[in-house]
Amino acid sequence: MTKLTLGRRALMIATAATLSLGAPAFAGSHQVLDSIHFLIPGGAGGGWDGTARGTGEALTKSGLVGSASFENMSGGGGGKAIGYMIENAESQYGTLMVNSTPIVIRSLTGVFPYNFRDLTLVSGTIGDYAAMVVGKDSPINNMADLIAAYESDPGGTAIGGGSVPGGMDHLVAAMVMEAAGKDALNVKYIPYDAGGKAMAALLSGEIAALSTGFSEAVDLANAGEVKIIGVTSDERVDAFKDAQTMKEQGIDIAFVNWRGFFAAPGLPADRLAAYQKAIDMMYATPEWEEVRARNGWVNIHNSGDDFRTFLEGQEKVIGDLMKKLGFL
Amino acid sequence: MLEGILIGLSTALSLTNILMVIGGVLIGTFIGMLPGLGPMSIIAIMIPVAISIGDPSAALILLAGVYYGAIFGGSTSSILLNAPGVAGTVATAFDGYPMARAGKAGKALTIAAISSFAGGTIGAILLMIFAPMLSSVALLFHSAEYFALMVVGLSAIAAFAGTGQVAKAILMTLLGLIMATVGEGALYNLPRFTMGLMDLQSGFSFITLAMAMFALPEALFLVMHPMRVNTGGNSGKITDLRITRAEAKAIAPVIARQSLQGFFIGVLPGAGATIASFLGYAVERNIAPKHEQDEFGKGSIKGLAAPETANNAACTGSFVPLLTLGIPGSGTTAILLGALIALNVSPGPRLMIDNPQVFWSVIISMYIGNLVLLVLNLPLIPYIAKILAIPRTFLIPFILFFTLMGAYIGQNNATELLILVGMGVAATVLRFADYPLAPLLIGFILGRMLEDNFARSMQLYDGIGFVVERPMTMGLLAIALLLVLLPSYRAYRARVRARGVADGD
Repeated sequence: MTKLTLGRRALMIATAATLSLGAPAFAGSHQVLDSIHFLIPGGAGGGWDGTARGTGEALTKSGLVGSASFENMSGGGGGKAIGYMIENAESQYGTLMVNSTPIVIRSLTGVFPYNFRDLTLVSGTIGDYAAMVVGKDSPINNMADLIAAYESDPGGTAIGGGSVPGGMDHLVAAMVMEAAGKDALNVKYIPYDAGGKAMAALLSGEIAALSTGFSEAVDLANAGEVKIIGVTSDERVDAFKDAQTMKEQGIDIAFVNWRGFFAAPGLPADRLAAYQKAIDMMYATPEWEEVRARNGWVNIHNSGDDFRTFLEGQEKVIGDLMKKLGFL
Repeated sequence: MLEGILIGLSTALSLTNILMVIGGVLIGTFIGMLPGLGPMSIIAIMIPVAISIGDPSAALILLAGVYYGAIFGGSTSSILLNAPGVAGTVATAFDGYPMARAGKAGKALTIAAISSFAGGTIGAILLMIFAPMLSSVALLFHSAEYFALMVVGLSAIAAFAGTGQVAKAILMTLLGLIMATVGEGALYNLPRFTMGLMDLQSGFSFITLAMAMFALPEALFLVMHPMRVNTGGNSGKITDLRITRAEAKAIAPVIARQSLQGFFIGVLPGAGATIASFLGYAVERNIAPKHEQDEFGKGSIKGLAAPETANNAACTGSFVPLLTLGIPGSGTTAILLGALIALNVSPGPRLMIDNPQVFWSVIISMYIGNLVLLVLNLPLIPYIAKILAIPRTFLIPFILFFTLMGAYIGQNNATELLILVGMGVAATVLRFADYPLAPLLIGFILGRMLEDNFARSMQLYDGIGFVVERPMTMGLLAIALLLVLLPSYRAYRARVRARGVADGD
């Protein structure tokens, strides 16, 4: 897996070198774009903010982009910024908007009057897997134990998460139960307003298990405070090899909480190509590696049509599940 | 442990780290003084700086300094301009601002600085001695207890229910609780009461509401009552820092109690500095003797010392779940956690063993930081207090500018400004009608947490059974009841006794 990525990276560097030889018009060694304006649909300090600023930092420091500017536009849980991109499309061709899995979920529930098809898909850049976690003293050691506990006492086996009912953490918990052949509708899901508070509830014994982001759980798992009983990746993740995947345990699901970039509708093709190229080339730079490692992000790169296929797949899976759970 | 403390001491006392703590608290206290700017945004901005330092001890010392420095400085705008920039300093304005109005700005700032210093320092001592043991305390509270804790916090509104004001205070609290339900809650997937407006989907923002309830009506009152600004008397008096022996004696037990109480509330990941300050205010008000009780909300020194001590102690306490469990209790500590992980330090039970120099040096730097803050702030107080002596033609635009900026910055949403002005005008009308506005803000801040924790407990226990099943919940609810009833009982006894005396003689 890693080898493959390296191979692609090497290829990209080679391509980049050829391109810069063939196109002396570019200022500097390998600058792709003069500037990018990042639109962040939430306030300072959140996940979107960190993704946009980190990406901007890597792009400018590596010289791929001349300069980057950032604008926080909160409101409507991100809906305001999406509307702004669509309504002012023609003046926003220099703008990239960061977004993530909730754009799919919120479009399905109709909280947003738009969905990702109304925007130009640039590229998914990073992601995080979901995980099921239990406390270190819990008698539950794997998914089979959790499912057995759930079967014997559905009301006493509360699963917590850091999102609203029908939000990502709930959907993952339901998806897992569904794939294990159980009735996802009976899952007692307890929502918390932040991942940290949900984790505190798990350690205090208020909930039996926690549905959360894999990277949020890794540090506590390393410290021996929690056990990760299942990860929604295809193969075990390098950051914590001990954690079994869901697939290994016979639960056939995979789920990625992605983050990526969107542009205004009707973006000219050459402009889109330039954005995608800058992001493609970014992965090979040490500056990106520094930003990525600092934030503990996993490179999950889907560009253009791959991104569309990926989003449509995710929309279908989540949409079907939400219908079953009665959220749609 | 002693060995760890020594390692921490030598790390914290290195020249770089002393510069870090001084730099951190300086930045924090000045940013904190500006209305509308809280520690969260400034820490988010400083993360890359801290990470580029590379040394985790130095980085955390810097960021922690910014954090408690901002809480320390946050009292200034609450006291002088009635414009709390952080939820944790709302309670400071309850009595701090009336004191400043009465021409005692210098004294109010001094009491705030001393209380903050004492809260922070006692908190650091508790952190050093008990941190390893406290990780279990942090996990003692379930949603049911958090719900009960919020109920105790709501009893703070009793302070605003003076003679003939009970109905008005309750009405304003209810209004605050209602306003807290606007937007998408943590428990529902759908927006409530947004009237289809996208800008209300995330609910009202705290800063906007705080500015609209406190700072904006104040500025409007200044415009309407030209004499009002001069109630401060001559500028020689407002810069007076002196605290009398009797006053020192009155606030000493308050500081002692609130350092402890604030610290332990800060340790709970679901509570934090805001709850600690309200609880501190409520408890001190309701256990105070009758004649002092009437002072609360009108410029009581106890009412100022209590929340200021508690919020700083709680800020220190919030490092317990962060450092010993790796759990962030607030947005600010969540950002700190991110920075630590980026520097390859994993907070948690192993931190003390794996990185003793980080753990202990941060705690020891807190003593230095609090001392620096005190030494830095005390001599500046006469100058800061002089803000009130600025001619009103300059002061009013100054307040308006910071009020509007505070609501806009961080969110960059211009609609916030419209909400701010609209609510500000409504709040001014309410003030004319003599409705207390603080209960509205208390209701708003506690409302969301009250509802979330209540609903979670209902879900977990399939009904209201948690109140009887969990003794601690019952106990906290009993304390809340006691805090509300105790003053009324005392007043009743005083009446009976007065009548008895009258009848007997």
